[in-house]
Amino acid sequence: MEKGMNLTLIVWRQKDAKSAGSFATYAARNVSPDMSFLEMLDVVNEGLALRGEEPIAFDSDCREGICGTCSCVINGVAHGGQKATTACQLHMRKFRDGDTLTIEPWRAKAFPVVKDLVVDRSSFDRIIQAGGFVSVRTGGTPDGNAIPVSKEDSDLAMDAAQCIGCGACVAACKNASAMLFVSAKVSHLGLLPQGKVEQDWRVLNMVKQMDAEGFGACTVTGSCEAVCPKEITLDNIARMNRDYGVATAKGK
Amino acid sequence: MKLDSKIPSGPLGQKWDKHKFDLKLISPANKRKFEVIVVGSGLAGGSAAATLAELGYSVKSFCYQDSPRRAHSIAAQGGINAAKNYQNDGDSVQRLFYDTIKGGDFRAREANVHRLAQVSVSIIDQCVAQGVPFAREYGGLLDNRSFGGAQVSRTFYARGQTGQQLMLGAYQALSRQIGLGTVKMYPRTEMLDLVVVDGHAKGIVVRDMVTGEISSHAADAVVLATGGYGPVFYLSTNAVGCNVTGTFRAFKKGAAFANPCYTQIHPTCIPVSGDHQSKLTLMSESLRNDGRVWVPKRKEDCAKSPGSIAEADRDYILERKYPSFGNLAPRDISSRAAKEVCDEGRGVGPGGLGVYLDFNDAIHRLGAAKIRERYGNLFDMYERITGENAYQQPMRIYPAVHYTMGGLWVDYNLMSNLPGLFVLGEANFSDHGANRLGASALMQGLADGYFILPYTIGHYFASSKQTRPKADDAEFRKVEEEVAARTKRLLSIKGKKTPRAFHRELGKLMWENCGMARSKASLELNLKRIPELREEFWNSVNVAGEAGDLNQTLEHAGRVADFLEFGELLCLDALTREESAGGHFRVEHQEEGECKRDDENFAHVAAWEFQGEGKAPLRHTEPLVYEEVHMSTRSYK
Amino acid sequence: MNIVNNLFHSTLGKKYLMALTGAGLFGFAVIHMLGNLQVFLGPEALNRYAHFLQSNKELLWPARFGLLAMVALHIWSAVKLSAENKAARPVGYLNDPAPPAASYASRTMLMSGLIVAAFIIYHLLHFTVKVEPVNLTGRDFDDLHVLDNAGRSIHDVHQMLVIGFQQPVVVLFYIIGVGLLCLHLSHGLSAMFQSLGLRNKAWWPALQQSAKAAALLLFLGYIAVPVAVLLRLVK
Ligand SMILES: Cc1cc2nc3c(=O)[nH]c(=O)nc-3n(C[C@H](O)[C@H](O)[C@H](O)COP(=O)(O)OP(=O)(O)OC[C@H]3O[C@@H](n4cnc5c(N)ncnc54)[C@H](O)[C@@H]3O)c2cc1C
Ligand code: HEM
Ligand code: FES
Repeated sequence: MEKGMNLTLIVWRQKDAKSAGSFATYAARNVSPDMSFLEMLDVVNEGLALRGEEPIAFDSDCREGICGTCSCVINGVAHGGQKATTACQLHMRKFRDGDTLTIEPWRAKAFPVVKDLVVDRSSFDRIIQAGGFVSVRTGGTPDGNAIPVSKEDSDLAMDAAQCIGCGACVAACKNASAMLFVSAKVSHLGLLPQGKVEQDWRVLNMVKQMDAEGFGACTVTGSCEAVCPKEITLDNIARMNRDYGVATAKGK
Repeated sequence: MKLDSKIPSGPLGQKWDKHKFDLKLISPANKRKFEVIVVGSGLAGGSAAATLAELGYSVKSFCYQDSPRRAHSIAAQGGINAAKNYQNDGDSVQRLFYDTIKGGDFRAREANVHRLAQVSVSIIDQCVAQGVPFAREYGGLLDNRSFGGAQVSRTFYARGQTGQQLMLGAYQALSRQIGLGTVKMYPRTEMLDLVVVDGHAKGIVVRDMVTGEISSHAADAVVLATGGYGPVFYLSTNAVGCNVTGTFRAFKKGAAFANPCYTQIHPTCIPVSGDHQSKLTLMSESLRNDGRVWVPKRKEDCAKSPGSIAEADRDYILERKYPSFGNLAPRDISSRAAKEVCDEGRGVGPGGLGVYLDFNDAIHRLGAAKIRERYGNLFDMYERITGENAYQQPMRIYPAVHYTMGGLWVDYNLMSNLPGLFVLGEANFSDHGANRLGASALMQGLADGYFILPYTIGHYFASSKQTRPKADDAEFRKVEEEVAARTKRLLSIKGKKTPRAFHRELGKLMWENCGMARSKASLELNLKRIPELREEFWNSVNVAGEAGDLNQTLEHAGRVADFLEFGELLCLDALTREESAGGHFRVEHQEEGECKRDDENFAHVAAWEFQGEGKAPLRHTEPLVYEEVHMSTRSYK
Repeated sequence: MNIVNNLFHSTLGKKYLMALTGAGLFGFAVIHMLGNLQVFLGPEALNRYAHFLQSNKELLWPARFGLLAMVALHIWSAVKLSAENKAARPVGYLNDPAPPAASYASRTMLMSGLIVAAFIIYHLLHFTVKVEPVNLTGRDFDDLHVLDNAGRSIHDVHQMLVIGFQQPVVVLFYIIGVGLLCLHLSHGLSAMFQSLGLRNKAWWPALQQSAKAAALLLFLGYIAVPVAVLLRLVK
C-alpha cells in the first residue's frame, strides 16, 4: 500500500449569496493517489463534520465527467488543469505530497456564489431558453432519414454538441465571457439542416440573452478552449460571429 | 389493493392504436386549466414536461440538480434501439419486441413491450428533428451498430455520448417551453413527499435546496420520473445524487412498488480502488468486442504482473464457459462469471476484485492505431482514473450495479395504483422484466415521455373529474409538517457517524448479500442487519449544518434514510422470489451456474403495498400472461 | 434600425466595430509605413510624396476625418467592452494567476492600445501639427523648406525626419510606441479574423502565424527610418 499524501487546502468559504466569504486552510492527510479530487474533498468533509465543523459545499453529480455539475478552480485553473478533464475526473496522483492547493468557485458576475464552491449557473439555462433549440413539437416529424446530413457536418455538429455546460470556459476567461458555451450551441444547431431554419433568429436571441446576463466579450485569449473538458474549440466562436454578422446584415 | 393492468383487448399489434382511439380527449381550450407536476427532468421527465406543455397543459418541473440538463440520463453511452430496419438486416417491430421480452427473461408485460417497440420508430424521427447529431454514414443517412448481443444493427448512437445528446434534445425542448412560460422550472428542488387527497395524488412537498424552505405544490396530476435506485448499493454507475426518495415516499403513500429485487449488474466497470470510492465508472460494453476476459488459473499468480503469466496459465473464462458467445455473453451472465472466479480467490488487483480485459491480441491483430481509433476515449478515461495504460497492460474490470428494473407499479397508461400518480422511465417497473438489454432504457424513457403519457394523462383528467386542492389545504400542511419534523430530527441527533458511513455500510450489505448472487441465508441476514443499521442511523447519525441553508449532508442523510428502509424491501422481494431470473440470481435456483426460472410459480409481477411503519409490506401479484410469445430458456452457451 | 442596434448595443456588434476599424487602421498603418520607407529613395522622392498628400486637400481632410472616426470608434468600443469585461468578472482568483493559455499580447490589448493612442497624439504633435517643444531639438519644423523640381517652395519632410530622429529620446519613444502597436497587432490581426468570423479550423494556425509575422514586418518597417537616421545611414 502506497503511503498517502499530505496536502494543505486553501478553500473559499462563503455562507450564502449575501454573506462575504473568505479563505480557510485545511489539512488533508493520508490522501490516496487513487482518489479523485472530489473524493479527496469528501474525505476532508467527513473529518470536518465529525469535528463539528461545517463541510465544504461543492457541486457534483455524475462524477464521470459528463453532467457538467462539478465546478471548482484548483490552483487558479478551472477543473485543475489536466487536459480534457473535469474536476471529478482529476485524480490525486497528479499532485505531490506536501502540495498546497487553492480551491475556489467559478468567478463571474453571471455565476453568483450560492455557497462555498457552489455557484448559480441558471444564466446558462436562460440563454438556451432564449433560442438554443429547434422549434419542433412532439410528433409529426419527418422520417429520420428524410433529410441526409453530410457526415462532415454531422461530425462537426457533434463536436460542438458535446459541451457539458459546466461553465469552466466562463470561469477561465479573464472577461468571464460565455462565448464558447453559446457558440457551441449555435454551431451544433446551425450546422444541421434541422437547425438552420431558425439560425438568424437563434443567434441574435442567444447573444442578446448572453449580454443581458452580464457575461463579458471575447478577446480571443483562448483560455476557454484550454480548460474545456470537452475540447470545444474557438472555431465555434468564429462560426457564431459569422452567423451573427450575416443575421445583422440581413437587418434581422 | 387491486392491480388492474388495463391492458386493452384485441390482437397485440393493434392494442395501442385501438387504445389511443378509446382514450378520452381534453379540448385545447381546457388543457390550460389542468396543472401537472413532473418530478424529474431526465429523458422521461424532460420529454414529458415539454410535450405536455406543447399540448397546452400548465406544467411544473422539478429536479434536484442545478439545471434540468444534468439529469443522469446524460451519462448513457452506448445508444438507443429502434426498429427502423434502416440496415435492411431483418429487423422489425416484432423482432425488437421479442428480443426485449426475451432479454427481460420473460418477466415483462407483453403489451407494454410491444408498444415500446412500436413507438421506438417515432423516437428517432423526433430526436433527429430536434437536432440530435446521431452518427451518420458518408451518404448522409443514419448509422447503426449492433449492441448488447443483438443479431441486428438497430442501435442509433452519437459517439459514446448518446444519452447526453438525447438528454440535450429533451432539455432544449423543455427550455423552449420554459421560455414560452408554459413550464415553470424548479431546479435544486427536492421532492420529499407525495400528497394524496381523497385517494388521488394531488401534489408534492419539496425542499428548496438553497434556502431550505419546505413548501407544497398542488396539481391535477403528479408525474414521477425520478430515475433508478442504484445507489441503494452505495457504489454504482449512477450519479451520487440518484435516489429512491421520490418513489419510496410515494410507496409509503400507497403506491405499489414492483419487483424491487430486479437489479442489473454491468460487467465492465472500473474496479473499486479503496474505501474513499464514491462511484463506479462504466467502461462501455463495446470494449468486449475486442477485449478478452481472463484471470490466472492459479491463485498464486494473481499478484504477478499480467504480462509474466504464460498463455497456458490463463483462464479465458467467458470463452471457456460460453464458447458460442464468448466475450460477448450478456451482462448478467458475464458479471456472474467474473464474480465466481473472484470468489474462488483468482481475482486480480486491489482486494482481488477484478478480472483482466486484455487487448493484447487485438493490438497485435489490428495495430494499436486501430484500437486507439475505436476506443481511444475509453482508454484515456481508464488511464485518468487508474493511472494505468491499457495499451501496455490489460485493463482491470469488475461488475457494478448499473440499472434497476424494479420501480413503482404502473398500468398500461403508466398510472400507478394511486389515481393521478403517473410514473415514467427508470422509476417505473414496466418494460424490462428481470433484465434490461443494452440501449433499451433510453428508448423506454423517451417512449414514456414523448409518446405515451401525453395521450394517457388526458384520459385520466377527462374521466376522473377531480378538483384541484390548494397548496395550503390541511393535507398539504400536515405533510409539510411531517417533512419538516423529519429534517429537524436528522439534524438533532448529532451522533458520531456521517450519513456517508452509514450509506457505505448499507451498500456493503446489499452488495455482498443481495448483489450478483443471493441466497436465503444471505437475504435473511440482511433482513436482520438492515433494521439494526437503520436503528443505529436514527440514534447516532451526525448531520452537520443547518436546515435553512444549502446543506448537502442533510440532503444525503434524507436519501440514506430512505435507502435504509428501501433496502429491506428489496431484500424481502429477493427472498420471496424463489427463482432466478435475469438480474435476480438465487443460488438455490440454478442449473450449472445459469438462472433457473420457475414459470409455474413466478411468472408474475410482485408488487408491494406499504402497511404502515414497522409492519411488513404486503406482496401482491399481477400474473404475466403471454399471448404471443412462448416462454423459453435463455441460453448463450 | 436593427443593424445599428446590433452593432452598437451587443458585445458581438462592438467586436465587429472594433475589428472593422482595426482593419481600417491596420490598412492605414501599412500604407503609412510604405510611405515612410520612401526615405530610402532619397529626399526628393519623400518630399514629393509628402507634398502630393498635403496639397490634395479634398482627399486629405476626408481621409483624416475617416481615420479619426475609426480611431474614435475603435477606442470607444475598446473602452466600453473592456469596462463590460471587467464588470463581468468582479472577483478574481487568489494571487492573480495568469489566465490559462492567454498570450501576453492578448491580455494587454487595452493597455497597449492606450499607450499607442498616447503615442499617436505625440506623433501628430511632433510631425503633423509640428509643436516645437515636443521635438526636443529646439527647432521649429515649420521652418524647414526646400524647392521642388518646379521651383516651388515645399515643406522639407526629409529634413524634418532627419532632425527629428537624431534626438535619441524621441527615437526611443517612437520605438516603444511602434513596438506596442505591433504587439497589439500580433494578437489583434488574428483576433480580427476571428471576430468577423472570417476563418475556419484549417486557416486558424496559419492566420495566427501570419498575424505575428505581419506585426513583426510592420515593426521593422517603421523602426527602419529612425534607426537609419540615428545610425547616420540617412542624412
Ligand atoms: C453510466 C450509464 C450508462 C448507460 N447507458 C445506457 C445506454 O447506452 N443505453 C440505454 O438505453 N440506457 C443506458 N443507461 C440507462 C439509462 O441511461 C437510464 O435508465 C435512463 O436515462 C433513466 O432516465 P430517467 O429519465 O428515468 O431518469 P434520470 O435521467 O435519472 O432522471 C431522474 C430525474 O429525477 C430527478 N430527481 C430524482 N429524485 C428526485 C427528487 N427526490 N426530487 C426532485 N427530483 C428528483 C433528477 O433531478 C433527474 O432530473 C445507462 C445508465 C448509466 C448510469
Ligand atoms: C488608439 C488606441 C487603440 C486602442 C485603445 C486599442 C484597443 C484595442 C482593444 C482593447 C482591442 C481588443 C482586443 C481584443 O479583442 O482582444 C483592439 C483590437 C484591435 N486593434 Fe486596437 N487599439 C488602438 C489602436 C489600434 C491601432 C492604431 C490599430 C491598427 C493599426 C489597431 C488595430 C486593432 C485590431 C486589428 C484589433 C483586433 C480587433 C478584434 O479583436 O476583432 N488598434 N484594440
Ligand atoms: S460531476 Fe458530472 S461532470 Fe463532474
